[in-house]
Order: sequence, then structure tokens, then C-alpha cells
Amino acid sequence: MQAISEQEREAQFQAKIDRGEIIEAKDWMPERYRKQLIRMMSQHAHSEVVGMLPEGNWITRAPSLRRKAVLLAKVQDEGGHGLYIYCGTETLGISREQMLDDLLSGKAKYSSIFNYPTLTWADIGAIGWLVDGAAIINQTALAKCSYGPYARAMVRICKEENFHHKQGYEILATLMRGTAEQKAMAQDAMNRWWWPSLMMFGPSDANSPNSDELMRWKVKRYSNDELRTRFVDRTVPQAENIGLKVPDADLKYNEQTRSYEFGEINWEEFFNVIKGNGICNKERLMARKKAHAEGAWVREAAEAYAKKKATKNAAA
Amino acid sequence: MSSQWPLWEVFTQKRSGLPFEHAGSVHAPDKELALQNARDVYSRRNEATCIWVVPSEMIVSSTPDDMGSFFEPSNDKIYRHPNFYKTPGANFE
Repeated sequence: MQAISEQEREAQFQAKIDRGEIIEAKDWMPERYRKQLIRMMSQHAHSEVVGMLPEGNWITRAPSLRRKAVLLAKVQDEGGHGLYIYCGTETLGISREQMLDDLLSGKAKYSSIFNYPTLTWADIGAIGWLVDGAAIINQTALAKCSYGPYARAMVRICKEENFHHKQGYEILATLMRGTAEQKAMAQDAMNRWWWPSLMMFGPSDANSPNSDELMRWKVKRYSNDELRTRFVDRTVPQAENIGLKVPDADLKYNEQTRSYEFGEINWEEFFNVIKGNGICNKERLMARKKAHAEGAWVREAAEAYAKKKATKNAAA
Repeated sequence: MSSQWPLWEVFTQKRSGLPFEHAGSVHAPDKELALQNARDVYSRRNEATCIWVVPSEMIVSSTPDDMGSFFEPSNDKIYRHPNFYKTPGANFE
């Protein structure tokens, strides 16, 4: 075969993406495409796994058996989502072990939203409705991304997120039909989770250094601000429907664009939480480390059992 | 830190009669746990009525570089397709 230069290969790769073709694990790809995907996908997987913690906090205190069963199933789904994406990321040549090491050592990042605490039961409603609602918007876009294993994991995840989204809304809708105290609790959760949910779409387009490249590679199909606006447009009427107020004095509907305009996000808070100074950053990482260390004997026992059986089979 | 459990590819069949489809992969120390992990990860909502797990290292795949030459033999044999044949006046619907 004729040797072709790196530049030609990259041009061919870009042409393939421009034609709308999907990149598979064994296909040639620029090193930077691989690196960016490993970064994005492993962060995404870590977010699913760390995301189990704030909700897991309420499993023992769910107000009824129905709510408890639902929350257990939801948290189990989040673990499953982490596994879909970890396995997708491994196709890019990084090991599961390496990714876990990077999470536990604090090298890898995860979504800053999970560094906020879940103070009341209403927070479980707000997470399902707002946080998973924002995640659905992001993930529906990623389901059309150019990397096949990532896109396929997203299709699977999106199907399951709809349950998460609706169960969260149901929790808040129920509280909003309740006593004055319950309504206040729901509104308080709304007040605390609204802005961090908007931050989930990442920095504003003007301040998003990776975006251009990722759009050109069709890893990202829409800009951060586009997706954020889509979320606001979809969510504000849902809030109004159950009498929740959006904590944004600047929020107003623009008849011409048929879209909401909203206030400025507190970017200082956003970058501060990313840097590790959020309310729960340390607690989350400690909980993951503890779970990993306390699960060591299970992993070792399973491995020892598998070895013993393999030796027995070989002898028989 | 202990070593990483081997990787298994998971194939699921939605209903009997349908083909098996690649669902993803799991890590497991042996085939029993591979099957259980595959069930917990890829069929929490009856997505499968049957699951295959295969050690990933046992899978042999053609490579994208083969695309041209490896599949070339079928390119020039249009007579393998029914629309190659002329059957004037006859109804094959």
C-alpha cells in the first residue's frame, strides 16, 4: 500500500465526517480526536458514577416504598450508564483501571453539578427533573456524534433518562399539591438547582476553547448556548405548570425568537466548583475511594474463585 | 491495586427469532459473572431474552484497511443479484 502523509489522512478523516459517516474503534483517527473523546467520554462516565452519590443519600429516607423502589432503580441505572460509557471509552485504547485511577486520584473531572448537596427530599425531585432534564438535552445531541461507540451508548442512555426525568417531576408536582411547607421545600430545591443545572451545558460559546474543533469533528452537534436555551425553553413551561417560580429576575419570553432570554450565569461559581472548591468535592471523592477500597475483597475473592475453578477444570 | 478483570463482549437477542446484536462489553473474572454482569448492565428492562458473552480477545475482526481488497471479490459479481436477469413479460412480484 502507498504511504500517505499524516495531513492526507487527516483530510480523508475530515471528509469522511463531512459526509456524515461514523467513526468506529478500529478506524484511523487523529490522535487529538482520540484524546478529546477519551477526555469527554471518561468525564461523562465518571459523572454517572459520582452522580449516584447525591441521590444514594436519600434511598434510606425515601418517603414511601414506591419512592424507594424508584430511587433504587434510578441509582442503579446511573451505575449502568457509567458502565456503558466506560466500555465505549475503552474502545479508544484506555483501560478501565486507568480511568478509575484518574478519577480516584482527582486527576479526572466529572460534572460539577454533583458537587452540590442534596439537603431535602425535594432535591431528589429537582435532580431528576432539572439535572436529568439537562442531561437528556446534552445526550440526545451526543447520540448523533461522529464516534459510533459513544453515540450508541447515548441512544441506550436517553431511553432510560426519560424515566428519571419524569419521576423527578412527579416528586415536585406532588409536593406542589401539598402543604405550604411542602411547597416551600419544592421551591427551595428549585432555587438551589436551577442555576447549577444551566451550568451543566458548560461555559458560554465565547469562552469554550474546545468547541470549534469538536463541532468540526461532529463530536458536538450544537453549541453549549444553543443547548442551554433549548433546556430553558423546554423547562420553564413545566415549572409554571406546577406553580414553581424560576429564580431568575431577568427571565422573559421573546415573542420574535419564540425563546426565553435569561440572566447571566455566575461563571465564577462555575469555575470555582470545577477547580474543586464546591461544597461536596472532597466528600464525593472520599466516598468513591472508600467504596473502591471496601469493595477490594469482593474483587479479589471473585478472581480467586475464577482461578480455582479454572485449575480444577484443567485438572479434570 | 489488583489486576483488571478480563473484558467480554455482550450480544443480546431481543426476542426469539431475531438475530443477536452487539450490546457492549463488561469486565468479569469468569463466564458466570460475565453473564450476570451482562444481564445487569444490558437488560434491566427486558431488552434481552437471551445473552451471549464472548471473551473479547477471542474475537477476530477484519480491519478498516482491508476494506478495499478484502471485500473486493464480491464487487464485480453483479450476477449474484436478481436484478441482473432479464425476464420480459414474466411476473416475479
